[in-house]
Amino acid sequence: MTVGASPGGSIIYLEDVTVDFDGFKALNGLNFYMDYKELRVVIGPNGAGKTTLLDVISGKVRPSAGRVIFGRNIDLVGRRENEIAGLGIGRKFQTPSVFANLMVRENLELALARSSKGVFPTLKARLSGEQRERLDATLDSIGLLGQAGTRAGGLSHGEKQWLEIGMVMVQDAELLLVDEPVAGMTDEETEKTGRLLEGVAEERAVLVIEHDMEFVRRIARTVTVLHEGGVLCEGPVDKIQSDERVMEVYLGRSRDADA
Amino acid sequence: MRTRERWTFLAAAVLLVVVLPALNALPQGSPFRVSNFTLNLFGKYLTYAILALGIDLIWGYAGVLSLGHGVFFGLGAYAMGMHLMLEIGAKGVYQNVLPDFMVWNRVTELPLFWRPFKSALFTLLAVVLVPGIVAAVFGFLTFRSRIRGVYFSIITQALALCAWLTFNRNTMNLGGTNGLSGFKTMFGFPLNEASTQRGLYVATALCLCGAYVLCRWIVRSPAGRVLVAIRDSETRVLFCGYSPAAFKLFVFTVSAALAGVAGALYVGQVGIITPARIGVLPSIEMIIWVAVGGRGTLIGPVVGAFGVNWLQSLLTTHYPDLWILALGGMFVAVVLFVPDGIVGTAQKLMARFGGAKTPEAAAARSEEAKAVEMTSR
Repeated sequence: MTVGASPGGSIIYLEDVTVDFDGFKALNGLNFYMDYKELRVVIGPNGAGKTTLLDVISGKVRPSAGRVIFGRNIDLVGRRENEIAGLGIGRKFQTPSVFANLMVRENLELALARSSKGVFPTLKARLSGEQRERLDATLDSIGLLGQAGTRAGGLSHGEKQWLEIGMVMVQDAELLLVDEPVAGMTDEETEKTGRLLEGVAEERAVLVIEHDMEFVRRIARTVTVLHEGGVLCEGPVDKIQSDERVMEVYLGRSRDADA
Repeated sequence: MRTRERWTFLAAAVLLVVVLPALNALPQGSPFRVSNFTLNLFGKYLTYAILALGIDLIWGYAGVLSLGHGVFFGLGAYAMGMHLMLEIGAKGVYQNVLPDFMVWNRVTELPLFWRPFKSALFTLLAVVLVPGIVAAVFGFLTFRSRIRGVYFSIITQALALCAWLTFNRNTMNLGGTNGLSGFKTMFGFPLNEASTQRGLYVATALCLCGAYVLCRWIVRSPAGRVLVAIRDSETRVLFCGYSPAAFKLFVFTVSAALAGVAGALYVGQVGIITPARIGVLPSIEMIIWVAVGGRGTLIGPVVGAFGVNWLQSLLTTHYPDLWILALGGMFVAVVLFVPDGIVGTAQKLMARFGGAKTPEAAAARSEEAKAVEMTSR
């Protein structure tokens, strides 16, 4: 522990992370950490750096400065996406991205944690009875047991989102990154997604990015507000909603104009 | 379903490996006899089918379009061709131990890279390893840099053009534009004898069966599902913990090795290999076979390679000018009207009308097919 602010109990810890896209700082000296088994919601106006935060953690974007520590002491900077996934970080994208030409069950099977995901071990991999049961249990909990044998491309929008959540569940990730899970969902689907995520968060840490404030209120314990690539404030959802600075950035009033 | 597929495969294998050559071995004049010419033609088609299977693995399953498979076919063919040239020995036109074209080009000593091809064992290894290694190195550099889609296709096309230009040069000592030909024996067996050609045909048919079993094993394994997943969404595969580059590299290498085997079998049966068989145009023709037959199915490429080339033989003997139009027309028609190819479309029709037991299931399936179509666009 080189830095006092890095508690031994944090699952992910970002220190002074800066991401520079040709002069535009998508993240600007961001400090952020999450506890084990925490459900955290990150909100913020467009361009605040929410998706970039997930990109940095999952290895899609390499920060120009700063450290990203996973678990006790694994530095994620410079690792490839599949390696980071193997370490135990799952990601669910904003647009549902399931494998349309594979069956629903095959989608889950592909994501399932395996001792090795190299080419040759995968060629010879066989499902154990335990893994089979696990797939069934997951299919049941995401409500797709009846559609296990259909192509994922034929699922509805909501079902695809649940399938993708199921995929990150069976991936055995300790930390799940979830980008706007309820965008484009009906109220009923939103409700179900909320229950799913809460169930997931009982066993692992979940970082959710969301715009839908009603949904945020429903699931969130702690909310982090990002603004212009840094943390604006952090706290319980009621406090955040009544925070003046938060209202300011959401309503788009600039401080200079106010003053 | 599983057992039915196995029986179909066995029946096809027996027909190709046993029945056809046996009919060829019948005495002259027998009404059931398959002529040497026909068997030889079939042998050529079967080498194309092996090649097409390999292309299907990388294109049909992993969704990576290679426009450079003529190169790998050519590498296998030239490797075997070099051995056959050396087998001629001093029986050539110039009565020299060097191949005739070298004498003609005033080469006095056998170039260093030709020497190991005197060994039959080395040649057989080279037939698989040379295209395999070239593909592995080429694939490593391109896939690792995340070059994909149309950019990968363009680069492979450039590879085909480079290979064509290189093999055309006389200074390469590979026979230049005329390529390698005039072979007399293969591993000691005279190539102009019907029994040798029959043996080569049987070897080709066996290799095709082996290639089919290999491809089927890959495609049906969990790794095969990773390939289809790569076709659907490469990024998602990456975040599932797999390296798409590694899987693509693997199938690209396997597919190149299959192309090499096809090339080697081709040379013995056709008797000539020239740079014209390995350039940009033949590489595109190979893609058309797979597209017409049906990519993403293993029977499709075999049917396509067979069908298209058979049609070519028919058309070019009766209407030589029409062939190129027919080939182009066929490609356009397949892309526009039957994107799943012959076999893919047949399977869909069977699933819609024959396979589904209840009308509800049939309706669900066609709904599903529509949804799949929409997402794949």
